[in-house]
Amino acid sequence: MMKITVKKIYIFLIFVFLYAPIATLMALSFNASRTRSKWGGFTLKWYISLFDNREIMQALWNTLFIALISSLTAVVIGAIACIAIHKMGKRKRAVIMGITNIPMLNADIVTGISLMLLFISFGVKFGMGTILLAHITFNIPYVILCIMPRMKQLNPSTYEAALDLGASPVHAFFKVVFPDIFPGVLSGFLMAFTMSLDDFIITHFTKGAGVDTLSTKIYTEVKKGIKPEMYALSAIIFVTVLLLLFLINKAPKEKV
Amino acid sequence: MKFRISKLFFLPICAIFFLFSSGCGNAAGNENGEVVVYNWGEYLDPEAISLFEEETGIQVIYDEFETNEIMFPKVEAGATQYDVICPSDYMIQKMIENDLLAELNFDNIPNAKANIGTQYWDRSEEFDPDNKYSVPYCWGTVGILYNKTMVDEPIDSWTVLWDEKYQDNILMQDSVRDAFMVGLKLNGYSMNSTDAGELETAKNSLIQQKPLVQAYVVDQVRDKMIGNEAAIGVIYSGEAIYTQRENPDLEYVIPKEGTNVWIDSWVIAKNAPNKENGEKFIDFMCRPEIALMNFEYITYSTPNDAARDLIEDDDIRNSPIAFPDLNQFQNLETFQYLGEEADQMYNSLWKEVKSE
Repeated sequence: MMKITVKKIYIFLIFVFLYAPIATLMALSFNASRTRSKWGGFTLKWYISLFDNREIMQALWNTLFIALISSLTAVVIGAIACIAIHKMGKRKRAVIMGITNIPMLNADIVTGISLMLLFISFGVKFGMGTILLAHITFNIPYVILCIMPRMKQLNPSTYEAALDLGASPVHAFFKVVFPDIFPGVLSGFLMAFTMSLDDFIITHFTKGAGVDTLSTKIYTEVKKGIKPEMYALSAIIFVTVLLLLFLINKAPKEKV
Repeated sequence: MKFRISKLFFLPICAIFFLFSSGCGNAAGNENGEVVVYNWGEYLDPEAISLFEEETGIQVIYDEFETNEIMFPKVEAGATQYDVICPSDYMIQKMIENDLLAELNFDNIPNAKANIGTQYWDRSEEFDPDNKYSVPYCWGTVGILYNKTMVDEPIDSWTVLWDEKYQDNILMQDSVRDAFMVGLKLNGYSMNSTDAGELETAKNSLIQQKPLVQAYVVDQVRDKMIGNEAAIGVIYSGEAIYTQRENPDLEYVIPKEGTNVWIDSWVIAKNAPNKENGEKFIDFMCRPEIALMNFEYITYSTPNDAARDLIEDDDIRNSPIAFPDLNQFQNLETFQYLGEEADQMYNSLWKEVKSE
């Protein structure tokens, strides 16, 4: 009996630590007063002014656009790389995997500054393009990391059988290999999407004038205090993710 | 076979690079060109930018930074070529010393000399000796914010921060120069001192004060004071007006020992691709009605006397917090860039204070 209460208290504490900050933020997004230390009554005005705020909305679209395009591109490049790495000899594969793993362990600030210097020396104009290139670069290793294990589980005979039955290599890939590695591709895509979504440092160093993502936009508000509109936006993002997770787990398990 | 594949991949990669390096530069094709502005976050009314674009046909590319220290390496590396930047006093001096700024052609900025008060030009001379590089944009003082219901006596001196009555009720600024400014001024020294003995005294004062301090904070002073969580705090005057609006019990005072007068000014980068457009932009920002718009948006004091005359609310126009008469106070100073050696000395002394 005692044991169960202790367990319950323990799990309760864990959830408090995890979700109390988010609950605070969501509560503040309904606070009519600008400051966190005074409750000015319930209001939805921050939600309304959020959608009227051109800069924040622009930053939101930039963030989603960059996350989507960079993770899609990284998935394509990463999947192709996995096929090649899979076909390599043991030693070569170990070397290549080592090289692709290094950027993941490398500090973001090193990646950010070195990309900035690279872009400068190539004379690339800083803007949306450089952010995209940077995000694709740091996303590729995560994609490879997710797809490689599925690659190893592949049965090589099925692909060969498809070729024997007259399928072209491309056709055989999409009909036989791709469905098998799809879960890896999906998790790689989601991983890359998330990494890109909340990256700050690399974006900060590779962004051009006037292009902002949510993370860089929020950071610039430090001097004057973070605006309540940001609380509202964070609350919306959190609820969206919660709903998505709920739907995915509730959905009847059919194909996929 | 192998060779062919590598070639196939190389081509699209080259194509991507080419696209990004040339394709994104289209903005320059705008009829009257563009101007790239690098400013503090939330430090300009977005409406003012639209008005400028409409009137001049110049496209404004607007970018924001968080601190002087983050802005400097980006400008120095030259990753993005900015035209107009808005650094603070000591950073302007550092940028002048590093040859990063261009001299302004004041013929193109007639509104600056016409509208900005002489006392601000005089102040600027501390970091820009001949007023050649910068045009003041926002300014303010650093002082003591206190809660009238929580203190007994009238407050007019830094010594109150060392009063044991207020143990755990004091908020200090958590940055080297701001904290040492208080320590140095308390002992009657210059806040730009590089004298080891003076700094040692200031350090000892700060260590002595430490048990009384509730917290070393930066922008939380604002929220904590509004929420009655502390009695006394060191704060920037621009924030003081806002906190007073939220909590009428709060009062702001400039200590009699003197304090820091800070100025954020417009400057133009040495490698600015659109220098003339930049000067047009600065001139536009110096117009009284535009400066007033920005003052109402930011709430930090404007050095634009013509704009101040346009303020309708008497309480604000004559507010001793927003527009103190600087001549009334003694020992007012502006931060100067002290060089790397002195910076290190400050940092290591500050570390001693914090680790004590």
